[in-house]
Amino acid sequence: MAYIHYQGSDYLLEEGETVLDGLLRHGVTNVAFSCKAGACQSCLMQTAHDASPPLAAQRGLKETLKSKGYFLACQCRPKEDLTIQTPDEEGLSCLATLVEKKPLAPEITLLRMKPEAGFSWRAGQFVSLVHPEDPQIIRSYSIASLPETGLLELHIRHMPQGRMSAWAKAAALGDSLSLRGPAGDCFYLAADKTVPLILAGTSTGLAPLLGIMRDALASGHTGKIFLFHGALNADGLYLEDMLNQWQHKHPNITYKPCVLANGQDIVAEMKAAIASLNLAKAQAYFCGAPEIVGILKKAAFLAGVSSQNILSDGFLLAPPPR
Amino acid sequence: MTSLYERLGGAPAVDAAVDIFYRKVLSDDRINRFFDGVDMEQQIAKQKGFLTMVFGGPNNYTGKNMREGHKHLVAQGLNDSHVDAVIENLGQTLKELGVSDADIADVAAIANSVRDDVLDR
Repeated sequence: MAYIHYQGSDYLLEEGETVLDGLLRHGVTNVAFSCKAGACQSCLMQTAHDASPPLAAQRGLKETLKSKGYFLACQCRPKEDLTIQTPDEEGLSCLATLVEKKPLAPEITLLRMKPEAGFSWRAGQFVSLVHPEDPQIIRSYSIASLPETGLLELHIRHMPQGRMSAWAKAAALGDSLSLRGPAGDCFYLAADKTVPLILAGTSTGLAPLLGIMRDALASGHTGKIFLFHGALNADGLYLEDMLNQWQHKHPNITYKPCVLANGQDIVAEMKAAIASLNLAKAQAYFCGAPEIVGILKKAAFLAGVSSQNILSDGFLLAPPPR
Repeated sequence: MTSLYERLGGAPAVDAAVDIFYRKVLSDDRINRFFDGVDMEQQIAKQKGFLTMVFGGPNNYTGKNMREGHKHLVAQGLNDSHVDAVIENLGQTLKELGVSDADIADVAAIANSVRDDVLDR
């Protein structure tokens, strides 16, 4: 049992309880969180006096953040008392300005944001936007654009009662907010440009897949590139014209949209398309709804893709507001 | 005299074996239901730990965590026949990798030594 010292109060954690769960149980309301699974990094906090948090609570953080005692509250189960603080935003976040906004589908909006100079990323990684009016609302979005463009292209899906997506809906060009990141390891890595690339995802899982595809094309990838995009209904598919044009222009691209409600099975489509390929060196990327991502990963692995060449980003949703 | 783990090739051998072994396990209808819905990355990491242990290499496996880690599966009917199937898949994996029958028997013996912990008895 450990005590958490936070903003002048002491909170006793139960055995095995995380710092985030403990603070919430004690009624502490000024803590940010979203996925509660160690992925989104919204619940980032920092130890006081550079004390070291448990190693497991720093998994996936940049070395610079680790060395300054940043940790994920949702993964932190301290054995000993720990003094913590809200994270120092210095060097953690960056201001970004909205420069373009357009609808992609009835419930999906594209944003292009210009970050401050010096912000670098890999297409397919994600950034976490901090709500301008409520800094406890922090939500992660994957990046569809290459860093060479200087602009972060994000695809925002409108969620019922979604506070960040409501901001996106109302935002005007020139509005700005701060963002954290980038984070995530779902980006183009093929050292060998001739290997097959298998990309599959649902809904706005297309954003990181587009980023990976843009990176692959810019890097001169010559191997086959398969893109499977699933959505529950036809309204959820988007950028079909652009992707059909890409398919037309690049003979190595195969693009297959799947409307799941019409019985089009994205897993079966993928399995059929890759069945006859040599997959020993193939790279596979899966993004979007976590259940489908899990099934796609398993199917690709059983088809012969090496486990270390399968990268994924399951989009975990934040709990709705109480 | 080199150890079994060294003879099999150490950590690179574990990396080579894990995909082959886990693919066999997931394709084996006698046991694959026990792996439904588990996260693949976590499971691969666990399988690497298991292979390191049965190869006689440095590992953190203890009877206690073997017992705790499989209790929910015992409740779902995990029994000797399933452990046999895992050991069989293990043997076939090593055969594909060109490991001698004598070494495969040694690996199977180590795997058998944790049987009672896995089955919680």
